[in-house]
Amino acid sequence: MARMKFICDAERCIECNGCVTACKNEHEVPWGVNRRRVVTINDGVPGERSMSVACMHCSDAPCMAVCPVDCFYRTDEGVVLHDKDLCIGCGYCFYACPFGAPQFPQAGAFGLRGKMDKCTFCAGGPEKDSSEDEFRKYGRNRLAEGKLPLCAEVCSTKALLGGDADVLADIYRQRVLTRGKGADIWGWSTAYGKPDAPASQPAGGGQS
Amino acid sequence: MKPLISVVCAAALLGGLAGCAEREQVVVYKQGAYQGKADTKPWDNESFAGDKGQWEAAIKARNQSQNEYRRISG
Repeated sequence: MARMKFICDAERCIECNGCVTACKNEHEVPWGVNRRRVVTINDGVPGERSMSVACMHCSDAPCMAVCPVDCFYRTDEGVVLHDKDLCIGCGYCFYACPFGAPQFPQAGAFGLRGKMDKCTFCAGGPEKDSSEDEFRKYGRNRLAEGKLPLCAEVCSTKALLGGDADVLADIYRQRVLTRGKGADIWGWSTAYGKPDAPASQPAGGGQS
Repeated sequence: MKPLISVVCAAALLGGLAGCAEREQVVVYKQGAYQGKADTKPWDNESFAGDKGQWEAAIKARNQSQNEYRRISG
C-alpha cells in the first residue's frame, strides 16, 4: 500500500508559484485560503532557497491529536483528511501544525472563522467520490481518478514531487547522486564546464 | 461499650490507611477516535469499479512520470 507524501527539492524550486495557482484553480479555493504556498528563505540574497509548503500528511499528525471534535482521519494511503461537517473552526489544528497548513476562511463579520480548509492531497473528503458535495467542501478528488496531486504534476522543474513515499525517495536519491553537490549544482561549473571536462568551444574559435 | 470502641478504632484505622493510598498523578491522554462520516476507498468508484490493482497501476505510472531521468532516457 502506498504511503502518500510530498517532497520539495529546494535546489530546484524557482518560486514560480505554479503549484499554488494550480491548487487554487483545481479546487476553486476561496479568496484568503491558501492550501499551498511557496516560502522563500534569504529572499534576494544569492543562494536563496524556496520551498513549496502545504499539509505534509504527517504519519503522527498533531492536528489529529489536538482536534476536540475528532474530525480528522487518515486514509490507508496515509492521507490526512477531515470531515467539514464536524469541524467547529476552533483553530487548535492551526496552532498545532508546524507547517501552518490549516486555513480558515473568513466566514462572516467580526473575524468569525469558518470551517478549516487544508490540502487534501487531491483526495477529496468523506463524501461520495467526485460528487458535487465533495467538490464544494474539499475540492476535486484526483486520487479517485488515478491521478496524483496537481501541484506536483504541474511543477515545471519537478521540484515538488508527490506520491508514494518509496518511489519519491528513489527519484530524489537518483537525482542527488546524478547532480552532485555544491558548485556542481548551480554556478560556474554547471554553466562553463568542470576543469576536467571543459565546455566545448564554439565552432568559430571564439572570435569576437 | 468495648465492641463499640473496637469498631470505632477499626474504622479510624481503615480511614487512616485509605489516606495513604497512592493515586496516579500523571494524566494519560488518549487519542480520540474519528467521529465523522466514513470515506470510501479511492478505487471504489465508477472509474475503477473497485479494482484496486488497476488503481495502483495508474498511481504507479503517474509516480514514475515524475522521474525525468527515466522519462527522458525512455
